[in-house]
Amino acid sequence: MSAPSVLYDVPGPKAKARNAVYTVLFLAALAGVAWWIIATLAEKDQLTWEKWGPFFTDGQVWTTFIFPGLLNTLLAAGLAIVIALPLGSLFGILRLSDHVWVRVPAGTVVEFFRAVPVLILMVFADQFYSEYTDIDSDYRPLVAVVTALVLYNGAVLAEVVRAGIQSLPAGQTEAAKAIGMRKTQTMTNVLLPQAVTSMLPAIVSQLVVILKDTALGGAALGFADLFNQIRPIANNYFANTIATMTIVALIYIVLNNVLTFGAGWLEKWSRQRKTSTGAVVKPVDDNGRNV
Amino acid sequence: MFDFLTEYDVLGAFWVTVQLTVYSAIGSLIWGTILAGMRVSPVPIMRAFGTAYVNIVRNIPLTLVIIAMSLGLYQTLNIALGGGTITTTNFRLAVLGFVLYTSTFVCESLRSGINTVPVGQAEAARALGLNFGQVLRMIVLPQAFRSVIGPLTSVLIALTKNTTVASTIGVAEASLLMSEMTENESDVIGLVFMVFAMGFVILTLPAGLLLGRLAKKAAVKR
Repeated sequence: MSAPSVLYDVPGPKAKARNAVYTVLFLAALAGVAWWIIATLAEKDQLTWEKWGPFFTDGQVWTTFIFPGLLNTLLAAGLAIVIALPLGSLFGILRLSDHVWVRVPAGTVVEFFRAVPVLILMVFADQFYSEYTDIDSDYRPLVAVVTALVLYNGAVLAEVVRAGIQSLPAGQTEAAKAIGMRKTQTMTNVLLPQAVTSMLPAIVSQLVVILKDTALGGAALGFADLFNQIRPIANNYFANTIATMTIVALIYIVLNNVLTFGAGWLEKWSRQRKTSTGAVVKPVDDNGRNV
Repeated sequence: MFDFLTEYDVLGAFWVTVQLTVYSAIGSLIWGTILAGMRVSPVPIMRAFGTAYVNIVRNIPLTLVIIAMSLGLYQTLNIALGGGTITTTNFRLAVLGFVLYTSTFVCESLRSGINTVPVGQAEAARALGLNFGQVLRMIVLPQAFRSVIGPLTSVLIALTKNTTVASTIGVAEASLLMSEMTENESDVIGLVFMVFAMGFVILTLPAGLLLGRLAKKAAVKR
């Protein structure tokens, strides 16, 4: 049997005893923290049934607040990824151009929007639309949120696309050239289809980032998303702020974990399929963003 | 063209952004390292706690984490973190929120760094009789830190941009001033946006370039 980690061997009798002591100590510490949290919550009257009950017994809290909010969140995230994908692909390809006057401006645009915080993009987009366009003020937050998310995530996806295409072996381009394909044909018929499979996991992971960032619109622009339902629910159900935040957070956690799981599954799938010659592009995690 | 700037303390707002970033970065590095230690430890319950913490906190929108600090921790549970005025309280709450959130990314970067250290290094250390703590502290982490400078730089840059979220609980940093300015100076919102966007480019670009070079220099050649 091999060790579970590079750091330690399979525990022997002495290590097992020591681990048991650590387990007990750690559990005691955890229990202490949990007790402190519960005691504080109870002291502030946050554990009463009237505050938590509505989420289990009252369907109205779901139908009037949570579901419409969730729908708006998903709508904004969906629109953002659908628009950002083609835009990001375009800029990713432009950055690979043979011509300096195409490559450099495209690179500048991408780097600029990656460096600017999404929140100030949103605030600017909202003000811009209210000054210079006559978009109905009911829809303006949604449009502003989607605009900001598209600009930022388009720039991030451009880098994903570029990495995806660059991960393909040079032989692919050379073979395409040898059979007389033009540069555009090589890109659309040979490189992009292969790159897409290797990019899929990274794209799905980017969805997690987009989904989380929609909450910025709820806080800064009053966009009626899932996050923005916290105050109205707390106002209607005995100021159950803690309970509401817990439920809303749980919904985000479940959604994002499902997406992350999907990304992992896709990564495994595209590794096994071997129809692409490129490496699987690592997901760009949160924020610009690493891993 | 830029005379509207004289009426506002733009540099002061960016100074608050820098302070938020520095304090949160230090806190996240500490808590993130502890979490990473838990995630690779031989004690199953610690591993489970580390994994659960990362997978839960990382998937909550940062906005919700920050609002939870203000609306939940402060306004509902009256935990003020020893801040005297509302300004210092909000600042500390924001830093706490950023630390809780960013440490998950620090932890994941460190863990992937630990995985780049060859097994032989740890095996050789154990053969010399070092225990788990010593192996981690003297052999694995020094090498891991060198290979995670790059990923940690991305985390730091992301954190710098993320500090804008503190404006949602009223910390007077750059993006709060920008919202105020776009409302008052509605005729030059493009200029206002460019000033703040450039501010963030100036904050993040040198850090990225400098630390990127350092990352290349420090990386263990294998």
